[in-house]
Amino acid sequence: MRKTLGPLVVVVGIMFVAAPFLIAQAPYESTMGLIQKIFYFHVPSWMAMYAAITVCGVSSAIYLFRSRAAADRYAVSAGELAVLFGLMGLITGPLWGRKAWGVWWQWDARLTSALLMEMIFVAYLLVRKFGGPGSEKLAAATALFGTATAPFVYKSVDIWRTVHPKTSVVPLLAAGSMPGSGMPFALSSIAFVLLFVVLLTLRVNLAERQAALDEMYLALED
Amino acid sequence: MSFRRLLIALTSFVLLSAPSFAQQAPPGQSEFVPIKDLPPGDQLPAAPLLIAAYAFVWIAAMFYMWTIWRRLNKVETEMHALAQKTARR
Repeated sequence: MRKTLGPLVVVVGIMFVAAPFLIAQAPYESTMGLIQKIFYFHVPSWMAMYAAITVCGVSSAIYLFRSRAAADRYAVSAGELAVLFGLMGLITGPLWGRKAWGVWWQWDARLTSALLMEMIFVAYLLVRKFGGPGSEKLAAATALFGTATAPFVYKSVDIWRTVHPKTSVVPLLAAGSMPGSGMPFALSSIAFVLLFVVLLTLRVNLAERQAALDEMYLALED
Repeated sequence: MSFRRLLIALTSFVLLSAPSFAQQAPPGQSEFVPIKDLPPGDQLPAAPLLIAAYAFVWIAAMFYMWTIWRRLNKVETEMHALAQKTARR
């Protein structure tokens, strides 16, 4: 993976530079107009967050039941990225909402549950940082709890009546419901997922170096 | 309560509540008004919001990469110092 990291960083950089031009070329949605174009990076940021949550949840389960140190390194790295991409979603969403709804925030099912999910992963990182020795297992359980909330957050717009657009909007965008919308949406989605892969690789590398440093300290004490 | 305290309390109340009175909602409209028919001052431009959203994504990603680079540098420096310490023994 490390060998392909350099070219991957270049590809992601090119995609992020190209994305605004493709998004600018995309057609205007009839009712929302220009502001609808926030969807092209609001939705992909949630996709990247869900990818991060999946990695964090699976790695935490492996660490919790098999005590594999490598899994813990993946879990904490993906946990940080879940918070990062969640923050992107939580900031870009209200920027769209201010224009589309007239308000920055609504305490409806989707927005509230998404905020709570973000807070669970912030809690995960706080437990990791300030929980002291042995807090990794407690943090792993917190991550599993956070991962379990993810499907409810995703389906909340279909279960409850909310002001947030339903999940059906994503397949429509991906399928190019408006002629010319499919390509920029696909490019943005791939760019965000690849950005997640790049950041995860860098962060796991950092966690491995930190583990090596801890081992050096232990060896010095012996 | 002394007159002075009462005066301070009343003044504080007036000063603190002034913004809420100032921000009272305008009288409601009697019918639906399409956004394009609103006066230019009431229309919210979309472009700055769109640019702000994209800029935030870039800044957040760059900031996170910078924190990784900073933490990695710190670990590498510490490892180097520790290796030198071990070699001296």
